[in-house]
Amino acid sequence: MKGIIKSSFIALIAVAVMSLSGCVTRGTGDLGIIVERASGSLKVIETTGQTELYTVQGLGDLSHASAVYSRDEQFAYIFGRDGGLTKVDVLAGKIVNRVIQGGNSIGGAISQDGRLVAVSNYKPGGVKVFDSKTLELVADIPAIDADGVRSKVIGLVDAPGQKFVFSLYDGGETWIADFSKGNQPKITKFKNIGKLPYDGLITDDGRYYIAGLFGEDGLAKLDLWHPEKGMSRILDGYGKGEKKLPVYKMPHLEGWAKAGDQLFLPAVGRHEVLIVDQRTWKEVGRIPVYGQPVFVVARPDGRQVWVNFAYPLNDTLQVIDVPSQKVIHEFKPGKAILHMEFTPRGEQVWVSVRDADRVDVYDTETFKKLAELEAKKPSGIFLTARAHRTGL
Amino acid sequence: MRNLPIILALALFATSSLAAAEKPSVQRQGELVNLVRQDCGSCHGLTMKGGLGSSLLPKDLEGKDSETLVEIVLDGLHETPMPPWRAQFAEGEAEWIIEQLKKGLPE
Repeated sequence: MKGIIKSSFIALIAVAVMSLSGCVTRGTGDLGIIVERASGSLKVIETTGQTELYTVQGLGDLSHASAVYSRDEQFAYIFGRDGGLTKVDVLAGKIVNRVIQGGNSIGGAISQDGRLVAVSNYKPGGVKVFDSKTLELVADIPAIDADGVRSKVIGLVDAPGQKFVFSLYDGGETWIADFSKGNQPKITKFKNIGKLPYDGLITDDGRYYIAGLFGEDGLAKLDLWHPEKGMSRILDGYGKGEKKLPVYKMPHLEGWAKAGDQLFLPAVGRHEVLIVDQRTWKEVGRIPVYGQPVFVVARPDGRQVWVNFAYPLNDTLQVIDVPSQKVIHEFKPGKAILHMEFTPRGEQVWVSVRDADRVDVYDTETFKKLAELEAKKPSGIFLTARAHRTGL
Repeated sequence: MRNLPIILALALFATSSLAAAEKPSVQRQGELVNLVRQDCGSCHGLTMKGGLGSSLLPKDLEGKDSETLVEIVLDGLHETPMPPWRAQFAEGEAEWIIEQLKKGLPE
């Protein structure tokens, strides 16, 4: 009798240990989150079986929310419109910390060493930097431009050498905040970069920062290896003399496309994707597309570029073949296609179809639909592989 | 006399379709609310409290001339990202949107 009790006790312990270890023996490399913008929630998903693992509630106003990952891919930091910075454990599907750090924020970045999380704010305009472990405030950088006016901040990215780079929307400036010497950043300012910079990108080698300008046809470029040379204009007047269409949605530069030496960029107010040669920074071509591009993103191998479009043409996705610079495929998955995200090696693309309350997963070679997931008003999709990419 | 209900129904139909020329239909109202919240919300925030664009909350629109606001919706604001929506909204629809925003956008 004693023996039976003893062995069943051991069995019980074994079961307990097994189930305990069951919840931690999982990697995070195939995980990701889907932002449900209207309900202030996230879905944690995995891309191997294309399933949902958790729904995480309580993230506030997530319109235009974006996210970055800790270097171990366990935590996502989500930047919400209500100024909320939320740290989510994607393995556990739980919020581990949340602070309201500003009145109205737009995006964020994580430092090269993963220690700092920076948030760009519209109101009050500036950048706040937090300890990624505790979410305690490390530095506050008000964005006061040359005229003494506090500006909305856009295009915040991380750069090598513990730097953050961002632009002042109202002020038309780009700033570098260097945290390499500690928590008091050294700020370098570039003035008069152009009118109304609306978003910024950094090339994946971390060398060039580019700000798109809404107020003029052109982009401003900064070589971070040679900041002493200042900022210069590229694609100046790319639409000179042509009538711009009404822009119902600002394009995004984050997730911009690079294929070989060519950069693919959305043209503001035009049904075109611009191609720039990264060696000369000159325009080398334009591809006519279905509408005004919002996201122009390259499949990780650079062979394809996927494009979605602004309202009211936001029901369509187009695929550009890079070698021939032609549109080779078109989908109409539903109204309001807001975002596309590739798996790290590019065999799948995840697409949020907001008005259908659905995320579609496609095979990028055959264009066949692999899965559909329900999600409430899905917007951004962020996979953990972003943890290891500069600027994402 | 037997036809009275039909005549009444016809009369009712006529009035309601007259009103529809001015005001958006109930179905269109639903579409407009979704559009304002989701698409205008990209710049003005889902809760209309502002972002790249200004706040569209009742307290911030209070005292502002409705006609001017309708004009901004239809023709846009020069030198800002606010686009003209004339190709998307009829005048009556823009008026209805401003009316709703001043009261607080319905869910």
